[in-house]
Amino acid sequence: MKHNLYFDFIADKQKNTLTIKREFLAGRQLVWDCYTKNELLDRWFAPKPLTTRTKSMDFSEGGHWHYAMVEPNGTEYWGYTEYVKIKPIDYYTSLDAFSNADGEINKDLPRAEWLVTFTDKGENALVETVVTYKSLSDLEAVIQMGMEQGMLATLEKLDELLVILKK
Amino acid sequence: MRRDIFQAIADPTRRAIIALIAIQAMTPNAIAEHFDTTRQAISKHLRILTECELVEQKHQGREIYYQLEIDKMKEIDKWLEQFRQIWETRFQQLDELLSIIKKT
Repeated sequence: MKHNLYFDFIADKQKNTLTIKREFLAGRQLVWDCYTKNELLDRWFAPKPLTTRTKSMDFSEGGHWHYAMVEPNGTEYWGYTEYVKIKPIDYYTSLDAFSNADGEINKDLPRAEWLVTFTDKGENALVETVVTYKSLSDLEAVIQMGMEQGMLATLEKLDELLVILKK
Repeated sequence: MRRDIFQAIADPTRRAIIALIAIQAMTPNAIAEHFDTTRQAISKHLRILTECELVEQKHQGREIYYQLEIDKMKEIDKWLEQFRQIWETRFQQLDELLSIIKKT
C-alpha cells in the first residue's frame, strides 16, 4: 500500500538552518521511542547501505549517544550527540558532533544544534527537525565530507538499483 | 584566497545583486543605482562575488558588465538535494521499522 506521507525539506540560507518535516504512520509515543532508544535507532538511523551501531547511550539532559555508522566493508564513521533539553514526548534538543571510537569529539569539524519536535497529526505523528549550523560554510563542509566518504554516491547507486528491482 | 559560495550568499546585499544580474548583465554603476549605499561598497560586494566565481566580468568597449554564473548557483542546490536524499532514505527506514513494530 502506498501512502502519501507529508514531507518537507527547507534550507534557509539566511538563518543557516535545515527544517525537515515528516509524517509517520504511527502514534507519537512509538515514533518518540524510535528516536530515543538506541536499540531502535540502530535499526533506522544510518542511511542504507550503512548500518548504525550504538556504543553507549544515555538519553537524559546532559547525556549522550555515541554511535558508529558502518559501511558494508566495515569502515566506521563515529558520531557523538549530546542531549541538552528533553520534554517527553514533545521535543528534545541536542548538539551533534563527529568523534572517534573513544568518544573524543573532533573539534575541527562543524557541530550543529538539533531541535526535534513531535506533534499529533490525526492518528499519525509529525516530526519536525530543525538543524542549525553556525554558518552555511559549516553545512557545506558537512555535505562535502559526505561526498568524499562516498556516502552520497552510494545512495545514488542504491536509488538506481531500486528502480531496476521494482520493474 | 579561496572564498566559498556560502560566504557569497551570506550577505543580503550580495543576494540582492545576484537577483538583479540574474535577469541581465549590468555595469557596476547600474547596479549601484538600485542600492542606498556607496559605489565603493557595491564594488567590494562584486569583488567578493567574483572571487567566489559566482559572477563573471565581461568587457564591452570601455564598460565592464557583471553577469551571473548559473552553474555555480546550481551547485548549491545540488548539495542540498543530496542532503535531502539522505533524510528521505533515513525516513523510509523508519517507516519500515514502525510498520514492523506495530505488527508485533
